[in-house]
Amino acid sequence: MRFATDPFGRKSNLPAAHRRNSKPLSLRVPAPKFRPGDTPDFSGLNLSAPGAAARPEIDAPAASMRALAFDLIRVLDANGQAVGPWDPRLDVETLKRGLKAMQLTRAYDDRMFRAQRQGKTSFYMKCTGEEAVAVAQTLALHADDMTFPTYRQQGILITRDYPLVDMMNQIYSNAKDPMLGRQLPVMYATREYGFFSISGNLATQFSQAVGWAMASAYKGDDRICAAWIGDGSTAEGDFHHALNFASVYRAPVLLNIVNNQWAISSFAGLSAGDGETFAARAIGYGLPALRVDGNDFLAVYAATHWAAERARANLGATVIELFTYRAEGHSTSDDPSKYRPKDEAQAWPLGDPIARLAQHLMALGTWSPADQAALEKACEVQVRTAQKQAEANGVLGSGQRPSPASMFEGVYKEQPWHILRQRQESGV
Amino acid sequence: MIQALNSALDVMMARDPDVLTFGEDVGYFGGVFRVTEGLQQRYGATRCFDAPISEAGLVAAAIGMGAYGLRPVVEIQFADYIYPAFDQIVSEAARLRYRSAGEFTSPITIRTPYGGGIYGGQTHSQSPEALFAHVAGLKVVIPSTPHDAKGLLIAAIEEDDPVIFLEPKRIYNGPFDGHHDRPIEPWSRHPAGETPEGYYRIPLGQAAIVRSGSAVTVLAYGTMVHVALAAALESGIDAEILDLRTIWPVDIEAIVASVKKTGRCVIVHEATRTSGFGAELAALVQEHCFYHLEAPIARVTGWDTPYPHVFEWEYFPGPARVGAALRRVLEG
Repeated sequence: MRFATDPFGRKSNLPAAHRRNSKPLSLRVPAPKFRPGDTPDFSGLNLSAPGAAARPEIDAPAASMRALAFDLIRVLDANGQAVGPWDPRLDVETLKRGLKAMQLTRAYDDRMFRAQRQGKTSFYMKCTGEEAVAVAQTLALHADDMTFPTYRQQGILITRDYPLVDMMNQIYSNAKDPMLGRQLPVMYATREYGFFSISGNLATQFSQAVGWAMASAYKGDDRICAAWIGDGSTAEGDFHHALNFASVYRAPVLLNIVNNQWAISSFAGLSAGDGETFAARAIGYGLPALRVDGNDFLAVYAATHWAAERARANLGATVIELFTYRAEGHSTSDDPSKYRPKDEAQAWPLGDPIARLAQHLMALGTWSPADQAALEKACEVQVRTAQKQAEANGVLGSGQRPSPASMFEGVYKEQPWHILRQRQESGV
Repeated sequence: MIQALNSALDVMMARDPDVLTFGEDVGYFGGVFRVTEGLQQRYGATRCFDAPISEAGLVAAAIGMGAYGLRPVVEIQFADYIYPAFDQIVSEAARLRYRSAGEFTSPITIRTPYGGGIYGGQTHSQSPEALFAHVAGLKVVIPSTPHDAKGLLIAAIEEDDPVIFLEPKRIYNGPFDGHHDRPIEPWSRHPAGETPEGYYRIPLGQAAIVRSGSAVTVLAYGTMVHVALAAALESGIDAEILDLRTIWPVDIEAIVASVKKTGRCVIVHEATRTSGFGAELAALVQEHCFYHLEAPIARVTGWDTPYPHVFEWEYFPGPARVGAALRRVLEG
């Protein structure tokens, strides 16, 4: 009898006839289509036409709307007109409020990124190109609805008018830092503004949000909850626990997946098979899924409002995939030109959310390029003013920081003996 | 002890509408060890309910509920199954108060049966207390009698910080002293088997002297308290036995007072030895009582192997091994 050999050249104990593959198995490791030096081409993307996606009633069964996990809900067309059944028909005041919050978020990001480069803090993360996600979603929620964000939804705080100075105090870990210098910059938390503590551990907040929503339902409250996660961290177990618990207990929660195509240097195909949508993950859990143009303020608002109304009607959770593009690096610690084409953001076919909403307002005849320029200037001034105030409280390394003794407080409600002794030992 | 734990949950659910409990099989069925029996009938399906087999998911849900303002008590069916929830416990529940500067807290209790002696093999016998005692922000409680179990669980539920509540399942039904070949002793014949009706609490962080003595201090908790008592009785050594009850933050004053009195110390736990909680206890005794020690500190523990099914009684640190350690430190 002839025996097969394995790939290491060792003799197998199976006869050769048992190796039945016509050719050897091969391992596939997915890779993005374009790397530095390539010309990005997004023409193969599955983009529905603006206005084409159907809008079901909020009480429609999840099984009847599976197509929405693969279509793309879009409202704004190439000319800035709102079209189709998802047009939320917002008044001009709300549109302008959204535009201002997005512009302010961008201005804030630019200043804080620069502050990190100037050595005033250790770390920063921008949400450039994704401002519509946090801003439109926050406006579509009630002011007292709870949010469990990732580090890229600073727009929630800005839309809810949390003081910019306090945000910056946190970024600088200075004497007035609301987090008392304990947290990496951008890891804000504020109960008053309904903004859960951001964890540097990815995805953990997603399943916690479901618990919060279960508690709200348990108490007969009328507040709902929204959570965010990135495309990359949908690969964590917590994402799946969240969808399962949300489905099992019909929790009033919005489970938002911000698919910005990149997780540091890993492309989205690494966390979902190529050709799969992230929204489609919801189907197996029996949850409704909406795939939305994340750079279309009106579409994001409309989808969020639809899901919020559904949750408020005790019909449970909705999974929303916000299809967008991370226009800048993951954080101040990486250089995206090392892993993707330099001009990929410009090639992104769904444009920029601020430019698109401004175009819409112009199409409505209530906005002009001069208004836009004035808004940009006003936001820059507002951020600079706040920055001056925050820097008066200190920047990282300036020595103006919370008392070192406070490092030993708050581990428990009351300080136990061993931590007290360690504080004494430390000499602070 | 099962009835005592059940009574603690009953008392707290009756007192506080924000207390609810859930976990695998805890609802209609009342838990595989029956700790939640009758609670769903009494308080309804939204206050005592079944959870998916998803330890990370159910602990995360409890954290979210705690952030909302509830006081959830979750059951992990066996401590051996707690590891999928480790990240949620260690990185989230334990640090939420600190990292958010008090904006959000985790007033949650995680109950779980732990330890061996029931022929559970390596996935139903582990003692992972040291993993949790190591984490800043957690409290770790281990009762050794029904009386303590009820008072400690009530105190744990009332805590505003997360508590890992480890229930020694070998003593669920009686005070097991390590003599596995003898008839099972029921709690009804034990003085601490009686539990008062209604509400009472045993503050966390307080050890109990379960046997006064002058020759040597034994530091133990859970099942090992009963094993240590048997070893003292059988060896005739006048050991002082401390039941730590809360292993972290531990009652350092009680430990120091006892070791300074006896000058000798034996530490007993069922968990594996290396980096076990006994190592921390030995370090604390050395730091606080070095000049009072008349012999090296001894540890009697499970061996550094996975919990072996058929060799359970060779693995389990029974009264013979504890007695040998007592004699050794007296000779030293």
